[in-house]
Amino acid sequence: MNDAITRRDALLGAAATAGSLLLAGGNARAQARPTELRIGITTFLSGAASVFGVPARQAAELLFEEINKAGGIAGLPVRAYFVDEAPGTDHLVGEYRRLVQNEGVYVVFASISSGSCLACTPLSDEMRKTTLLWDCGTQRIFEEGKHPYAFRTQGYGTPEVLAPLLYLLKHKPDFRTLAVINQDYAWGRDSWELWKAAMDALKPGVRVVAEMFPRFGAPDYSTEVTRLLAARPDVILSTSWGGDLVTLVRQASERRLFERSTFVLPVAEASMQVLGRTMPAGHVIGARGDHWNNHPQPKDPARLAKFVDAYRAKYNEYPIYPCHHMAQAISALQAGLGRAIQAKGGGWPNDLELANAFRGLTFDTPTSSITLREDGQGLEDQIVGLSSFNDRFPFAVPRDMIMFPAAMVSTPVGQKSVDWLKTLKPEMLAQVPAPIAG
Amino acid sequence: MSGDRDAPAAAPAHVQVHAQGPAGVTLAREGALALLAAAAAILVAWAVPWLKFVLTLALAKGIAVLGILLLLRAGQVSFGHAMFLATGAYTVAFVAPRIEEVLLLLPLAMLLATLLGLAVGLFVVRYRDIFFGMLNLALSMVLYSLLEKLYDYTKGTDGIRVAALRFAGTVPGRETQEWLMFGLALLLAIGFGLLVRAYLGSPMGRALAGIKTRETRLEFMGISARRVLLFAYVLSALMGGAAGALVAMTSRHVTPQLAYWTSSGELVFIAILGGAGSALGPFLGAAGFELVRVYAAAAVAEAWQLILGSVLLLVILFAPGGIWGMLSGRLRGRGA
Repeated sequence: MNDAITRRDALLGAAATAGSLLLAGGNARAQARPTELRIGITTFLSGAASVFGVPARQAAELLFEEINKAGGIAGLPVRAYFVDEAPGTDHLVGEYRRLVQNEGVYVVFASISSGSCLACTPLSDEMRKTTLLWDCGTQRIFEEGKHPYAFRTQGYGTPEVLAPLLYLLKHKPDFRTLAVINQDYAWGRDSWELWKAAMDALKPGVRVVAEMFPRFGAPDYSTEVTRLLAARPDVILSTSWGGDLVTLVRQASERRLFERSTFVLPVAEASMQVLGRTMPAGHVIGARGDHWNNHPQPKDPARLAKFVDAYRAKYNEYPIYPCHHMAQAISALQAGLGRAIQAKGGGWPNDLELANAFRGLTFDTPTSSITLREDGQGLEDQIVGLSSFNDRFPFAVPRDMIMFPAAMVSTPVGQKSVDWLKTLKPEMLAQVPAPIAG
Repeated sequence: MSGDRDAPAAAPAHVQVHAQGPAGVTLAREGALALLAAAAAILVAWAVPWLKFVLTLALAKGIAVLGILLLLRAGQVSFGHAMFLATGAYTVAFVAPRIEEVLLLLPLAMLLATLLGLAVGLFVVRYRDIFFGMLNLALSMVLYSLLEKLYDYTKGTDGIRVAALRFAGTVPGRETQEWLMFGLALLLAIGFGLLVRAYLGSPMGRALAGIKTRETRLEFMGISARRVLLFAYVLSALMGGAAGALVAMTSRHVTPQLAYWTSSGELVFIAILGGAGSALGPFLGAAGFELVRVYAAAAVAEAWQLILGSVLLLVILFAPGGIWGMLSGRLRGRGA
């Protein structure tokens, strides 16, 4: 509806524009059954994190196309409004308002960036708009406050760091020194804090020989690699992702750092296709969830294969974890809306009724099922394994996979992650399931 | 910027109109235009609820750009002005959990930004042109790095949530609060606009143009150019702090991005877009910038940068006086 807006209108904020918008926004709050299901989706369409944002958007478009062909969600055709997160939070919270007040979206899928989620979630409380946090990982969201309208349909930082740590403790229990090289921003710092707290509790006495936080988007890691070669740590942890991880792995493998130290890369999955055969085998890799292409025992193998094949056919690459997280949010919406309509005896649920339907909701994903806890946090299983190559994929996939049940590695409701991690006992390792060959 | 150093008579027409201070007609017209713009803003904010938020941010940024305009009068471009905006914003974010009162937070943010402006100003006003711009840029990036790296205090790039605020002792609902912020921004914008107008008309303000045209002459007249520039710089820092406080109170979430050089660039962009000829320019520019951005983002989510860039290029190529230049040209055309 913005097609007709000329530069002059935009610049002067002309009354004509205002008038047309007024009419468009008039029924934003109506709770009658709409004619289409509008969904606002915030994702990165530009900048470094678009390596996650664009595939996720593609997955959403693919799935909505399929859903619409099959009759939509609750009988309504779905229409998605995508918003770029890259301009920063002040722009994004404005866009959130636009989505709700002007486009009249029924649900918002918020954000890859944790900063964006932290800004949008309180807004969901104030505007009473059900918001599915579809990809961001910060543990702060549900640990620092209650958000009755926000639900996270995937795991988060704590299980995504704890699972690789437990895997390492099983796989290489006798390591004595460790170095960390993370991106210098909130996730890099947060993930290290979580890891350190858990490691000190589960295996006290590990010496940290280097803590390095090269700047976000650094093109050259030669200094860091040199230092790591000299320090000879048994284990090197890096929660870096995207282009940064690709650069780090390439430069470190050229200088044979992978032969000296075991790497633990919790966010590796999304970079494996780009790295291809450059990724060395035998290092601990994670996927922010259980959705590996070679998942050993998916709950619905046909659905997983269909999703992967359709995505590959359309975009000529394998789906990465943000695609699965997007699919999870869509599955959650289908299940949650269905439940809300059922609870209302077929009537159209208002914002509060919709939000209530998500609390305690269990929905299926191609690989497993996820339950949303009472605080809004989703319980997603974690699969961690060792990088390896086989004939099926032209890139590294895990072997000797361990599937960590979400409840085992997630902070209990009402506790803060770092405090909880400090209370872990080494006996916990006895509960870790056995590896699956894969 | 300083190409016309030795040829003051060749200053662009739109600068001269105001600098010469033609009384009567233009003054009244500018006032009427300002009132019209304010009325239009209120109407739009009332008619389109979500634009109220966008316009509040635009007004806040306009106030910061008003500060840049002062320095532009002296021919100096600050590529680091976002540091004052960020100072104001982080002041609010840090203090809000202890003092929730908006009417106390705002002056506090302005005070801290002013102090920072004085400290930085004492140093940077010794430099001119590219050195002035780059030093400001460097210092703002120092602030950015501090905000990003002092992780335990600032929570790094994820930023700080601004706690619930009080207005004169009351905690209004969301709708009322949005109106209060909008009204506050509008009031401050008008107040600062009038202040800047009066200042630019005063001898101190006129001396700024002297720095641009020929500084030596100013010194021969017994006026310290450095002091003149320092005053303008501190005043601009104060306005930056007010803008930052408004941004933090409106968006309710602050991140180090506010101090990043691209944010400073945005402010200079707005100054160019709006035009430096009048105190109204920054607000026209800021509203234009924000509206182009939200509509570009709504129309083509993945190419809004391209549209924004094209608009700036078009303005530079075809309307070097900015939006204000276009408007005033048309008004004068009609008046003649």
